Amino acid sequence: MTWLLLAEAGVPEGGLFDLDATLPLMAVQVVLLTFLLNSLFFRPVGKVVEDREGYISTSRAEAKQKLAQVERLEADLTEQLRSARQAAQAAIVEAEQEVDRLYREALAEAEAEANRTREQARREIESQREQASAQLMAQVDQLSSQIIQRLLAA
Amino acid sequence: MALLPLPLPFAELEVGQHLYWQIGNLNLHGQVFLSSWVVIGVLLALVVVGTRKMERDPRGVQNLLEFLWDYLRDLAREQIGEKAYRDWLPFVGTLFLFIFVCNWGGALIPWKLVELPNGELGAPTADINTTVAMALLVSLSYFYAGLSRKGLRYFEYYVDPTPIMLPFKIIEDFTKPLSLSFRLFGNILADELVVAVLAFLVPVLVPLPAMFLGLFTSAIQALIFATLAANYIGEAVHEEAH
Repeated sequence: MTWLLLAEAGVPEGGLFDLDATLPLMAVQVVLLTFLLNSLFFRPVGKVVEDREGYISTSRAEAKQKLAQVERLEADLTEQLRSARQAAQAAIVEAEQEVDRLYREALAEAEAEANRTREQARREIESQREQASAQLMAQVDQLSSQIIQRLLAA
Repeated sequence: MALLPLPLPFAELEVGQHLYWQIGNLNLHGQVFLSSWVVIGVLLALVVVGTRKMERDPRGVQNLLEFLWDYLRDLAREQIGEKAYRDWLPFVGTLFLFIFVCNWGGALIPWKLVELPNGELGAPTADINTTVAMALLVSLSYFYAGLSRKGLRYFEYYVDPTPIMLPFKIIEDFTKPLSLSFRLFGNILADELVVAVLAFLVPVLVPLPAMFLGLFTSAIQALIFATLAANYIGEAVHEEAH
C-alpha cells in the first residue's frame, strides 16, 4: 500500500481544518460530476419522464375529446330514437284511424246493400202478392160467375 | 491509543490524519480522493445501468432513477421557481446525490478493510476541503445565476427593501458558504466520531443506534445542503413584481 504514498518528503502536519489543493480539485471534480450526471442522468431521465407526462396529458385530452364525442353521439341517437318513436306512434294512430274509416265505410256500404236488397225483396214480394191477389180475385170472379151460371142453369 | 492493551482493528481513531499526495508544491488529501472516486463510481454505475434501456413503462433501476429525478425536480422547482429551475436542476441534484452517497458510503462501506499508510478512508464529506469546495461552488453559482439572469440589477437585492440591509446582506454572502460547509462537515465528522468512539469502547451492538441515527443525519444533511443551495440560487434569480 505504500504506492499510495506518492511522496514521503516534507509531509505536512495535517489537522482537522487543513485546507489545501484538495479543495479546488474537489470543486473541479464536483463540476465534472455535474456535467457527467447532467448528460447521463438528468437529461435522459428528464426526457423520458416529461415525454411520459406529455403522453399522459395528450392521451387524457384525447380521451376527454372522445368522451365528449360519444356523449354528443349518444344525445344525437337518443334524439333520433325519440323522433323515431314519435313517428311510429303517429303511424300507428294514423293506421288505426285508417282502419276505423275503412271499417265504417265497409259497414255503411254493407248496410246500404242490405237495405237495398231487402227493399227490393220487399217490393218483389209486394208485387207478387198483388199479382197473386189480382189473379185470385180474377179466379174468384170467374168461379163466382160459373157458380151463378150453374145455379141459374139448374 | 498506546494505553489500550489490545487495539481493535476496526475501531481505531485517527482525527486530522491525512494521506498526503504531493504534486509539485501542492498537497492533496489522498484518502478523500480515493473515497470520492468510489462514490463517483457508484453514482455513475447506477446512472449508467439505470438509463441504458429506458422505456415508457419503467422497469428495475429506471424506477429508482425516475423517483430520484422527480424528487430532485420538486426540490429545485420549489426552491428556485418555475422559470429558472431547469438550468439549476443538474447542479442541485448532483450536490444532493454526491453528498448523499458520500455520507451513506462513509457509514455503510467497510473502509477499514483497506489499510492506508497514513490517515483512513471515510466519507469524503468528513473532510473540510470537500465541503468548502461545494459551498464555494454554491456561492459562485448563485452569483452567476443572479448576474446572468438580472445583470447588474442583481445588486438591487442588497438594498432591498431598504439600504440599511446592505451590510447584513454582504455579511450573508460570507456566512452562507461558511454555514453550509461547516454544517455538513461537522455533522458527518461528528457522526463518524461518535460511531468510532462507541465502537472503540463497546464494539458490539451499542454503536448500532448511533449508526442508524448517523444514516438519518446523513440523509438529512444532504437534503439540507441541496435545499439551501437551491434556495440561495432561487433568492438570486427571484424577480420582484415591478
